[in-house]
Amino acid sequence: MLSRTASNLFWIGRYMERAETGARLLNVGARNALIPNTGGGYRNEWESILAAGGHANAFAEKYGEPNQRNIESFMFFDMDNPASIASCMEAARENGRIVRTALTSQVWDALNSGFQEIREMRRTERSKMSISDLIDWTHSQAALVRGAIDGTQLRADGFDFLHLGYALERADSTARLLDVKYYVLLPQIDYVGSGFDNYQWETVLRANSAHRAFHWAYGGEVTPAKIADFLILNRKSPRSLITSAENAMHHLDRLSRAYGRGTEARTRVRSIVGELAETTIEDIFDEGLHEFLTRVIGEVSILSGLIHAAYLSGEMR
Amino acid sequence: MFCSAFMSNYFNEMFSGKTVRPPYQGLDSWSADMPQELRSLKQSEAEALFRRIGITFAVYGDGGDPDRLIPFDMFPRVFSAGEWHKLELGVKQRARALNAFLADVYYRGEIIRAGRIPADLVYRNEAFERAVMDIKPARGVYSHIVGVDLVRTGPDEFFVLEDNCRTPSGVSYMLENREIMMRMFPQLFRENRIAPVEHYPKMLRRTLASVAPERCDRAPCVVILTPGHFNSAYYEHSFLADMMGVELVEASDLFVEGDFVWMRTTEGPQRVDVIYRRIDDAYLDPLCFRPDSMLGVPGLMNVYRSGGVTIASAPGAGVADDKAIYTFVPEMIRFYLGEEPILNNVPTWQCAKNDDCKHVLENLGDLVVKEVHGSGGYGMLVGPKSTKEQIAAFADKIRENPGNYIAQPTLALSTCPTFVDEGIAPRHVDLRPYCLVGESIELVPGGLTRVALTEGSLVVNSSQGGGVKDTWVMA
Repeated sequence: MLSRTASNLFWIGRYMERAETGARLLNVGARNALIPNTGGGYRNEWESILAAGGHANAFAEKYGEPNQRNIESFMFFDMDNPASIASCMEAARENGRIVRTALTSQVWDALNSGFQEIREMRRTERSKMSISDLIDWTHSQAALVRGAIDGTQLRADGFDFLHLGYALERADSTARLLDVKYYVLLPQIDYVGSGFDNYQWETVLRANSAHRAFHWAYGGEVTPAKIADFLILNRKSPRSLITSAENAMHHLDRLSRAYGRGTEARTRVRSIVGELAETTIEDIFDEGLHEFLTRVIGEVSILSGLIHAAYLSGEMR
Repeated sequence: MFCSAFMSNYFNEMFSGKTVRPPYQGLDSWSADMPQELRSLKQSEAEALFRRIGITFAVYGDGGDPDRLIPFDMFPRVFSAGEWHKLELGVKQRARALNAFLADVYYRGEIIRAGRIPADLVYRNEAFERAVMDIKPARGVYSHIVGVDLVRTGPDEFFVLEDNCRTPSGVSYMLENREIMMRMFPQLFRENRIAPVEHYPKMLRRTLASVAPERCDRAPCVVILTPGHFNSAYYEHSFLADMMGVELVEASDLFVEGDFVWMRTTEGPQRVDVIYRRIDDAYLDPLCFRPDSMLGVPGLMNVYRSGGVTIASAPGAGVADDKAIYTFVPEMIRFYLGEEPILNNVPTWQCAKNDDCKHVLENLGDLVVKEVHGSGGYGMLVGPKSTKEQIAAFADKIRENPGNYIAQPTLALSTCPTFVDEGIAPRHVDLRPYCLVGESIELVPGGLTRVALTEGSLVVNSSQGGGVKDTWVMA
């Protein structure tokens, strides 16, 4: 496979996952806007949502006031925001168009129809689209693409590059979402049981579409340690760091086998998975949640660089 | 329901008077019985299919839509087996002569020594590539895909408008138009014996593999070289690569090392033997053609020169499809093949010649004037359809640089029934078949029919509002 083709596939995965992350953030914001405004609550939520994407400045410059309508424009439609859902979906579709021949027609259809529908939405009056419609639409569009990939793509190297993109983006976004809220999870005696924390913790879970899964997996009281454990170390959680890292490892292993050649990327991902498997949540709190997450984000970016060097740049001999 | 009041002086391919000509007989009741609602339904179905597949054509210039669809007309254009037989012989003859000409002018130039073509016209031609003198491409083939643009003016009168020896585009429409017609009107294909065209990609691949360098001692690795996904024909490049099962590469995917060209893959470098390029000569190799260009594969021409890779079409092939050289193609056929041309040229005046230029300027109102190196219907004048002011302005342009223009009489292009808002009406059409030249010379029974959708218009280019039709050859 051409290195450039592999790179386009990898980025389809990353952009689609990024679009979904955007939808999750919007969901949290929309929900919080419905909750009574105690202690200056909802306004801060919109701001922390912008902070999660790292776009607070860009937003303030263009829109000023962070109200729901502006955030919606910025996070869904705005093509100047490279992480907006429309930007991500168009970028995924453009990457797909470039490597049209490496995708099944079902995958292409899914990517292309999303793009065509966004064009349609731009012509629709905004008052006719509720924020929950936009969020649902994004989730189902993302599911359509992922389903088409899993259901129809040949299990060859291209399939692995698509999934590597998904896995890395997911690890990165989970770590970032947690990092924005890390202070909520710090064990602070005064807050426990005060209602405020419960609501904040739920927000963290919701941002990861994990609030119901969490209750199934743990039951009982919601505690910061359980939440952090669920999103970092629990293999049952589809978005936990360890699940994402293991997915990346699985696909790097497959590539090494298929090409009959080991890479530094594979060595690195193994050490990341190894560390996560050995760590307990107490170790993480001892290190400092923020410090730990910063380190993970750094690791993911190094891994991405190694994958690029090994497969996507075409420099490997 | 059939409005034939207009354009009655043009050859109508379906009707002669009230009778339906034989090749179209299977379509008479089909079109007459189709209710308006069904027609609109099918039309939007076709459009949705094109959009879903992603067949779009970028239009350059202000307000151009990068995702515009070429309008597809569902009414097929039909040739009888007999008509096609003659066209096939004529097109193949032309493809042979053009290749013989190229092999000659880049070697000994016999046709020029014999005084049949003026030396200036060849050696001082912009498309003449000094850098490839004395290089012998594999099997002596320069132009591997020859697209011949034809128009019809009567039952037996066909004229060649121009030859395309570099990289004729549009073949993906030939294939997709057929796919979509078969999907929407299976009945038609059961009732009529229509020769298939779907083996074209296989033939193209075989043709390209057959011209691998002599040094290639294994199954040749063929690639298609595209300028990239912003190119208006990108869809076609990727479609052909897919149908042929070969890689679609950009210049940055290729590099030269040792005596060969390699592509960058996830498994390391892989040797490339045949490059079907869809980019111009100028962008092939910055070391050879354009030192200021960042595009291209540095060193590619050195490998080509030493026989390490085949480039299709060969660099320099453009000199044969130049509009000024076009006039001499019948001469080439006589000179190299010792045959009489089967297909006629359109009489052409070269504004470079004083007498011709005078005639052109005096008769601008009746002529079609084109730029020698232009393409895509840009920068041309259709005399009978232009205002006095437009004609006067164009005359100034010709006086300024006469060598840049040729002129031809306005041909009475044949018409084919076409679905329009008011029902069915005749519209002017042309035809581009694609001739493959490798170990053997082959032509699929079909081609791209372009149709001028505006009433009375003679310009069929898609950049000027033309559409396309499925083209049938009856088996």
